[in-house]
Amino acid sequence: MKKHELIQVKNLTKTFHVGKKQVIRAVDDVSFVIAKGETLGLVGESGCGKTTVGRTMIRLYQPDSGEVLFKGENVHQVSKSQNKRITRCMQMIYQDPYASLNPFFTVGEIISEGLEIHALCRTKKEKQQRVYELLEMVGLHRSHINRFPHEFSGGQRQRVGIARSLAVNPEFIICDEAISALDVSIQAQIVNLLIELQRKLELTYLFIAHDLAMVRHISDHTAVMYLGSLVESGQTEDVYNEPLHPYTRGLIEAVPVADPEYEAARSQRIIKGEIPNFTDLPSGCRFRSRCDLATERCAVEKPLLRDVRESHYVACHNI
Amino acid sequence: MTRKLLEVKDLHVSFMTYAGEVQAVRGVDLHVNAGETLAIVGESGCGKSVTVQAIMRLLPEPPAVIKKGSICFDGDELAGKSDKEMENYRGNAFSMIFQDSMTALNPTMKVGKQLVEAIKAHQKISSEAAKQSALQLLDKVGLPNPKLTYRTFPHTLSGGMRQRIMIAMALSCNPGVLFADEPTTALDVTMQAQILDLMANIKQERQNSIVLITHDLGVVAKMADRVAVMYAGQIIEEGDKEEIYYNPKHPYTWGLLGSMPNLIQERKGMLMSIAGSPPDLFSPPVGCAFAPRCDYGMKICVKQPPSNQHLTIGHKIRCWLYHEQSPRKIKPPVGRNKSRQDEEGGTT
Repeated sequence: MKKHELIQVKNLTKTFHVGKKQVIRAVDDVSFVIAKGETLGLVGESGCGKTTVGRTMIRLYQPDSGEVLFKGENVHQVSKSQNKRITRCMQMIYQDPYASLNPFFTVGEIISEGLEIHALCRTKKEKQQRVYELLEMVGLHRSHINRFPHEFSGGQRQRVGIARSLAVNPEFIICDEAISALDVSIQAQIVNLLIELQRKLELTYLFIAHDLAMVRHISDHTAVMYLGSLVESGQTEDVYNEPLHPYTRGLIEAVPVADPEYEAARSQRIIKGEIPNFTDLPSGCRFRSRCDLATERCAVEKPLLRDVRESHYVACHNI
Repeated sequence: MTRKLLEVKDLHVSFMTYAGEVQAVRGVDLHVNAGETLAIVGESGCGKSVTVQAIMRLLPEPPAVIKKGSICFDGDELAGKSDKEMENYRGNAFSMIFQDSMTALNPTMKVGKQLVEAIKAHQKISSEAAKQSALQLLDKVGLPNPKLTYRTFPHTLSGGMRQRIMIAMALSCNPGVLFADEPTTALDVTMQAQILDLMANIKQERQNSIVLITHDLGVVAKMADRVAVMYAGQIIEEGDKEEIYYNPKHPYTWGLLGSMPNLIQERKGMLMSIAGSPPDLFSPPVGCAFAPRCDYGMKICVKQPPSNQHLTIGHKIRCWLYHEQSPRKIKPPVGRNKSRQDEEGGTT
């Protein structure tokens, strides 16, 4: 083990049954590690299984095979008495700040629910003090404690969601598209807040997003997913400066850059076609149907994630 | 010589609701030259869609009211025209690509029938000719099998394919101005690249004008010739693309540019963010709408709204900082001028 590996995901597979006989492998043999205090960015297009990975990790889904280790402990096989302890350590910030807050609860009740469940505060006063502290930590005001979610803007609601997840002193937070529902200037506020909190509280993040520029900004490591499998992972700077997998290359080239001269000088190879349906996947490499480099081998054999350079992993036969 | 194809002057649009009057658009001036792409950028709720829908007269009245303003298309004044008269302009003079292709297409009609309906509504041609022209359009927008697509329902197609059909429909009558309201926001990046490429190719071929509404400054850098930045129902800065990106003047534009993370450069510290949130348009502020969030605010900013000023040819701004009596000379925190100063500072 290098450094302090807080989270290890090993060969995680999750399938869903659709209709009578169809089975969808939404997550297929995904493995990665996240070191303590670092951020792993998980990127990919919609429907590639990023959210399923996150949800399986915090035990909203049971995996079909593979394991998720939190400090070396399999989170899906803990005893009942240890259940709460794991829940407390792993929290999630959800995508939709409108749907993820109970409209009948005040902000104070939303934030303190976790405190009560995990019995983290002895007296009412202590609880109130903690909620005040959390509100201020995320940039809201004490007076907001008795307000309801509908009285807030999207950015403020997302701050409430962050305060709720921080309430139980977690070590690991999954941000599942936590900023994609917000406007650009508000996104910047929330991302700055997340980075600041990470430094202050030594948090570890799994940052799930489709915005490649934002992932580059926030992550230490980046993993790219396509149709349920990881195609490339490594240090963020390596992945962005020298993308090796044809899908990663195409994905980065497809993002328009806010610099007219760069944009005019840029040569773009656009990935052709569309994402295949999960029920009708190509054999072998899943990216084969859209890939320029595809050979006969790609149709037969599924490429595995392998180490090409120092901690830079790619799943492609032709690299 | 550039010809102004569409000119909007002092447009005011309000919505009458039970809670009061929402002043969604509060004095927009803009023009679109023939053959250019104008991008309107701004955050949600700033009135960019309402402006365009008011020009096309697509807003339901009531609750919407176009309070005042003139809309001039190729010399014809459109304000005050009846609904019947507007029919001649929609489709022929201008048409629209909507953001959400699932709700914009009729789910109970096959794709081909919808296209033929649009074509026949504006052109006097036989059904057979309309069908041929629909098939040609489907081929032109890059759908792999036009004959098959012609006979399918919208829900069986992917988001990218539906957006291509929307483009086909918008192009069916060869409009002079094509409004595209967040055409790629609902799509994935690889699909977005394909659709933007298609729009650029079509524009090159047909030489029409495009008004692109978006909040993505990357898309603007790729597509636009000119940029108008909107905030709280007004255009606060307008100019050529290079001017806006490399020499921005308005503090809000600085904030927008600074809050975008950079895809091609390594992370450098925190993102610039704009504190607070946009104003409530039920009772818009007396002065400059951005003043409460602005780091450079002065006394006058909250008292009196700034008027439009021309800085250089084609670069207009609404901000007191550039008034001749303004005491402050400010170095912008973003743009080309800023980076040069940094480099000079580094070498000396």
